[in-house]
Amino acid sequence: MSVILAVTEQRDGALRKVSFEVVTAARQLADALGATVDAVVFGAGEVSGADKLGNGGADRVLTANHPDFARYCPDGQAATLAELGAAATAVVFAASATGRDLAPRAAARLGVGCASDVVGLEVQDGRIIATRPVYAGKALQKLRLSGSPAVLTVRPNTFPPSDSSKAGAVEKVTVPSFSARVHVTGIKAPEGGALDVAEAPIVVSGGRGLKEPGNFALIEALAAALGNAAVGASRAVVDVGWRDHAAQVGQTGKTVSPNLYVAVGISGAIQHLAGMRTAKVIVAINKDKDAPIFKVADYGIVGDLFEVVPRLTEEIRKLKGE
Amino acid sequence: MKIAVCLKRVADTTTKIVIGSDGASIDETGVKFVPNPFDEFAIEAAIAVKEAAGSGETVVYSLGGDSAQETIRTALAMGIDRGVLLQGSGSPDGLEVAKALAGELKDQGFDLILFGKLAVDDYNYQVGPMTAELLGLPCITSLAHVTVADGKVEAERELEGGMETSTCQLPAVLTCDKGLNTPRLPSLKGIMAAKKKPLEVKAVDLGAGTIEILGLELPPERSAGKIVGEGPDAVPELVNLLRNEAKVI
Amino acid sequence: MTNRFSGVDFYDMDSLLSEEERAVRDTVRTWVDENLMPVIADAYIKGEFPEALVPQMAELGFFGANLPERYGCAGLNNVAYGLIMQELERGDSGVRSFASVQGALVMYPIHQFGSDEQKDHWLPRLASGEDVGCFGLTEPDYGSNPAGLITTARQTGDGWVLNGTKMWITNGSRASVAIVWAKTGDITDASSVRGFIVPTDTPGFSARDQKGKLSLRASDTSELILEDVKVPTSALLPKSSGVKSALMCLTQARYGIAWGGIGAAMACYDEALSYAQNRIMFDRPIAQTQLQQARLAEMLTEITKAQFMTLQLGRLKDRGTMTPFQVSLAKRNNVNMAAECAREARRLLGANGILAEYGAMRHMANLESVYTYEGTHDMHTLILGQAITGLNAF
Repeated sequence: MSVILAVTEQRDGALRKVSFEVVTAARQLADALGATVDAVVFGAGEVSGADKLGNGGADRVLTANHPDFARYCPDGQAATLAELGAAATAVVFAASATGRDLAPRAAARLGVGCASDVVGLEVQDGRIIATRPVYAGKALQKLRLSGSPAVLTVRPNTFPPSDSSKAGAVEKVTVPSFSARVHVTGIKAPEGGALDVAEAPIVVSGGRGLKEPGNFALIEALAAALGNAAVGASRAVVDVGWRDHAAQVGQTGKTVSPNLYVAVGISGAIQHLAGMRTAKVIVAINKDKDAPIFKVADYGIVGDLFEVVPRLTEEIRKLKGE
Repeated sequence: MKIAVCLKRVADTTTKIVIGSDGASIDETGVKFVPNPFDEFAIEAAIAVKEAAGSGETVVYSLGGDSAQETIRTALAMGIDRGVLLQGSGSPDGLEVAKALAGELKDQGFDLILFGKLAVDDYNYQVGPMTAELLGLPCITSLAHVTVADGKVEAERELEGGMETSTCQLPAVLTCDKGLNTPRLPSLKGIMAAKKKPLEVKAVDLGAGTIEILGLELPPERSAGKIVGEGPDAVPELVNLLRNEAKVI
Repeated sequence: MTNRFSGVDFYDMDSLLSEEERAVRDTVRTWVDENLMPVIADAYIKGEFPEALVPQMAELGFFGANLPERYGCAGLNNVAYGLIMQELERGDSGVRSFASVQGALVMYPIHQFGSDEQKDHWLPRLASGEDVGCFGLTEPDYGSNPAGLITTARQTGDGWVLNGTKMWITNGSRASVAIVWAKTGDITDASSVRGFIVPTDTPGFSARDQKGKLSLRASDTSELILEDVKVPTSALLPKSSGVKSALMCLTQARYGIAWGGIGAAMACYDEALSYAQNRIMFDRPIAQTQLQQARLAEMLTEITKAQFMTLQLGRLKDRGTMTPFQVSLAKRNNVNMAAECAREARRLLGANGILAEYGAMRHMANLESVYTYEGTHDMHTLILGQAITGLNAF
C-alpha cells in the first residue's frame, strides 16, 4: 500500500494548526490514489495535538524524536524525511515559513522536484496534478508531478481540516545521523506579537485612508472583535513606517488567503490586490466609490471609515455576544 | 570574501498576464524583463559584505538565454565584479536549475552564495536551498536580517508570529527577503563600467526533471460584488450578509 | 499614488536605444519615482527646492553626465544625457533645471572654455555636488538680447573687478560658484564678453531669491548683485570669447530641455490616461467619451513626434554635426507641445486637476517658465526663420 507522508510542524511542543491542513491534503491524495497517510511529527519529546492527527485523517503518526528537534532543525529533519520519503508516493508540507524551508531540502535529497504553494490537487492516471498560483496570483499553473516521491507544499487556509477519522496509530521512527549545519537558536516575538497575516483566517487591513498611524487602533479593535484576525497594512502605510513590514499585504509583502479580508481606507491598487485577491470574501470600506477595491470586493460600504468601522466593530461585538 | 549571487531574469511585476499560444507560458509580447527583485537584495548584500570585508570578489550567475546578459549587466552596473551566463533554458523543475548552478559553483571557493528567496514569476521558493543541499552547504532562507563576521552567519527570518534566529558557519548559502537591505540603483558610471566587466558565457544542459507544466490559465473572474450601502447605517446589513450569506463570521 | 511610471512608447522607440541608454533612463526613472515624486507636491507648494535630493543625484552621476570620466563624470553619450533630462522633468521642471544648470551651464563652460587647472579643480566638485553652480548671463534689462548685457569686468593689476546685476538665475541663492558673463571692453561690444568663475562668497557678491513665483516653485530663482567683486586673473575662463561662448552653453542646455519637454508631456499624458480610465461619470469612465479620447490621442501624437525627432537630434549631436538651429526647432516644439499637453491634461482631470496631488497643473505652470527661458518660444521662431530664409527679422 503506498504512503503519503504529511509533514507536521510544532512549536514549543505543540502542533501548529496548519499541520491538520497538511494531513487533510495528504488524505485527499491518499483517497484518490488508494494510499495511506503517515503524519510525521518532529519533536524532542511529547508533542501536544499529535494524538488528534488520527481524527484529522492520518492512518499512522510517525514520531521522530531528537533533542535538536525541540526547535526547527533543517538538516536533521531533511535527513529524516529523505529516509522516510524514499519509499513514499508523495510528501506533503505546509507552505509555511518552515515548510518552505524544509520541503526543497527534502526534495533535493530525494532527487525530485517540488511543487510549492499548491492550492488545488487532483489525481489523473495515477499522477498527482497540482494547481498553484504564479505571477503573484495573476495566473494559475497546472503541474504534473512525476517524481518518486512527489513533493509539494500546500498553501495555508486552502485545505480546511476535515473530519475523516483514521486510526492515527503512533509509531516511533529512527532519526538517521546527520550533521547539523544550521542551528536554530530561538524565536523572538515580533513587535506586537500578533497573529500573522499570512495565516490568520481573517485579516483586517488599513491603508492611507486612516490618515494617521494612531488610527490603526480602529483596525485593531475591529480585528479583536472579529477574533482570530490579524491586522494587515497596505504598502503605502508600511513605507512611511506606520506598520511593520511583516503586516504588509501586497505584491512586495505577504500574499494572504484568509476566509475574510476587510480593506479599510485602501484604494485597491493592483499591487495590493495581488496580495489578497484569493481571499474567500473581501469587504471594502472606502469613502471613494470609484476606488478600485470595490471592483474586487464581494461587499462594500461607501462611507467615512471613521464612522463605519466603529459601528462595524460594535455590531460584530453584539453578534458575538449573542 | 568571495561571494556568488544567483540572479534570474523575470517579467516585471506590473506585467499584465496574457496566456501564450502554447497554453503553458505567458505571451512575452511587450513584456518588460527585469532582474528578479528578490535577487536584488542578494546583489546588494553581496556588494555590502565585500565592501565591509575590504576586499574580495563578487560574481553573478544567471541561467537563461542571451537576453539574460542584459540582466547580468544590471548586476554588474550595481557593482558586482563579473558575471557568468549559463546559457540554457530554465525548467519548471527547480531541482534541475539547482543542479546546473551547483555544477558551476562547486569548488570555486565561495564563502557565500546568495539568492533571492523566490522568483516573482514562478514563486517557487526553492532553487536556493536545493542548490545548498547539492553542494552540501549550510543554508538559511528568507533572511530578514543578517550579520556575517568571523566566518559565521547570524540570521533572522520571519516566521508566523515571530522571528526565528539561527546561525551557521561559512561557507554558506543564504536566500534574501524583502527588507534585508535597500538595493542601490545602478549609478550612471556603474552602467558604463558594466560594459567593460568580464561576462563569460557557458552552455549548460538541463535534465527533464520530474515536474511538467500542463497548462497556465487566468484565475476565474470574481463575480461582481455589491455595495451594501453608504455610511454606518449600512453596517447591520453587511454583518447580516457576512454571517448568513458569506458565512465567514 | 505610489505607482511606478512605465513610460510612453507608442512606436517602440526603446528598440532604437542602446542597452546603456535604456539602463540610464531606467535608473533615473526609478530614482524619480522613489525619491522625487513623494516630495515634489509639497516642495512646490512650499516654494522650496528639495535640496536633500542633491547628494543622491550626484552619487548616481546625474551632473555633467556627458562630460568625461576623468573629471568624475559618467562619460555618457548625448542621447543618454537627454534621457536623464527627460526623466527628471517627468518629475518636475524645476528639479530638472537644477541639473541643467549644474551640467550644461556650469560644468560645460568650465570644460569647454576653462584652463586645465580650472577643470581639474571645479569639475569633480560639481559632479559630486560638493559645489553647486549657477550661470549669470541674463540681466533685468537683457533677456532675449544677451549681447546687450551691461555687467562689466575691468582689468586690475592682479585680476578683474566685476560690477552688475543678473536676474532669473536658477540656483543663484544656493550656488557656491557662479559663472558670470561680463563685458571686458566697450559696453556695446558683444565680442568683449568673457566668462568668469566667481565663488559666491567673494566680497561684493550677493544673491537673493525672487519672490512671488507662480511657476518653477521647487527651484531657486535669484537675483545676483555684483558690487566691485574682485577676482584673480585665474578666474577668467581663458577660452571664452564673446557672447557666442555663452550662447554655446545655452545650446547645450536647450538640447537637454528639448528632451525635458517630452518628459513633462509624458507625465501629464500618463496621469490623464490613468485618471480617465478610473473616473466614472454618467455610468462610464470618462475615457469612453469622444472629447477625452481626442485629448489623449492628440497628446500621444505630439509626444510620439517629439520622441523621434529628439532622438535623431541626439544622434546628430553624438555625430558632431548638430547645429544650434536644430536645437531651436526641438526646444521650441517640445516645450510648446508639453505646455499644451499639460493644459489639456489639467482640463481632463476636472476639478481634481487644480490640486497639487496631481501633476498636471504644476507641470502646466512650470512649463510657462520653460517656454520663456533658454530662448523664448518667439526667439526660437526667429532663429529658425533666419536660419531658413537667411533674413534677419529680429
